[in-house]
Amino acid sequence: MTETPASPHPPFPLGRPTGCPFDPASAYAALREEAPLTKVSTPAGVDAWMVSRYDDLRTVLRDRRLSSRLAPSDHVVEDADLDREVDAGSILNLDGAEHTRLRRLLTTEFTVKRIEALRPRIQQIIDVHIDALLASPRPVDLVRDFALPIPSLVICELLGVPYADRDVFQRQSAQLVAVDVPLPEAEAVAAEMQQYMAGLVMAKLEQPADDLLSRLIERANSTERPLSMEELVSIGITLLIAGHETTANMIALSTLVLLRNPDQLKVLQEHPELAPTATEELLRYLSVVQFGVFRQVTEDMELASEQLKAGEFLIAALSAGNRDESVYPAADQVDLSRRASTHLAFGFGPHQCLGQQLARVELQEVFTRLYRRIPTLRLAVPFEEIDFKHNTLVYGVKALPVTWDDPR
Amino acid sequence: MDVTIDQDGCVGAGQCVLAAPGVFDQRDFDGVAFILKEPDPDQHDATRDAALHCPAQAIQLLE
Ligand code: SF4
Repeated sequence: MTETPASPHPPFPLGRPTGCPFDPASAYAALREEAPLTKVSTPAGVDAWMVSRYDDLRTVLRDRRLSSRLAPSDHVVEDADLDREVDAGSILNLDGAEHTRLRRLLTTEFTVKRIEALRPRIQQIIDVHIDALLASPRPVDLVRDFALPIPSLVICELLGVPYADRDVFQRQSAQLVAVDVPLPEAEAVAAEMQQYMAGLVMAKLEQPADDLLSRLIERANSTERPLSMEELVSIGITLLIAGHETTANMIALSTLVLLRNPDQLKVLQEHPELAPTATEELLRYLSVVQFGVFRQVTEDMELASEQLKAGEFLIAALSAGNRDESVYPAADQVDLSRRASTHLAFGFGPHQCLGQQLARVELQEVFTRLYRRIPTLRLAVPFEEIDFKHNTLVYGVKALPVTWDDPR
Repeated sequence: MDVTIDQDGCVGAGQCVLAAPGVFDQRDFDGVAFILKEPDPDQHDATRDAALHCPAQAIQLLE
């Protein structure tokens, strides 16, 4: 066996600090100053340029000379196969016209107007879950009983996935975002999920209903190039996973931040109209896509006085940009009155999160309702006992035991 | 203020509609943004915000 020489560059991910679990790697601040573009060695087995300044991140993420062909998270996957063919329909990994074709077919479903129309139903779903919390014995795990079921139910209804199957795909999806599941196991789960989604797509083909998957099939059928089975399966899986992990973790983690910052929580309880601003600030502050996104350079280019060569890799460290002091003064403080909507939590450029308006409405409605209806909400265990998800693509807490006082 | 959108570049993220709802909207059939009406003076700030937020940098302003 030949030993590969160890990379001279520091390993990515840079560790989070031991102090505040909401902060990204403490090394980012110095890097932004001294080495805004720096090489790191990745678990994928290649070195990559890491970008940490806000302005540079916006520049690279919209630069079409950077390809998204690799999975956005391949850099943190041990010995990832970086030469693998891109699956048809995997919207996250397509560039240029191929990407635009799928994106346009889907964007229709996620416009500001379309998502706004779902708001009443989302409010209802949230209220039903708060009622259930209030009726259940305390303490409860807010992740299991609130943060996960809400986005899960919302995305299921939108896509047309039977919610009764949730045990199956919630487990599959949790395994697919973990970075420490051994490759063969991860592949087996991916195959399982494909099989599940293929069955569902078949059902929609036979009997279209009023849901996103059925509408997508119909819409694509009216274009020159209808979507293939493979494309439909891939799109369905992407939306199902993206729809629940990110928002679920944001709900639980934000709640924990607010419980740790009671003055901010109080402001939100007294002024629920601040929920939209608070949502943007919490998205910025938490940057739950904790390892950023991975790109490949396709043409030689210059960035921040460095020469990038075709074929090299790049990590856009979103969480570093979201804590850039030159854009967000006192960036390490959470301040719900901050105007933070230019944050990079949803990425930037052509791949900026397709479902961002849906995530916004879900978070806004949770922030408007949960802390008002359960004003004495508090942790049921010491903060030190909370387990954070350091090994998943989306940062969060594994469980959030909470309790509250009886209403007087 | 003169506003234009590069509709080929637009990725339909809707950031412009959120920032300046009176000025921008998205087409129903593909989510691509269009200009509802030229911004009034009191919408200029919001329009600048929209251009700043646009992930595709597809909004050009001429002031
Ligand atoms: S913000 Fe830009 S990309 Fe998004 S809808 Fe508006 S013009 Fe299109």
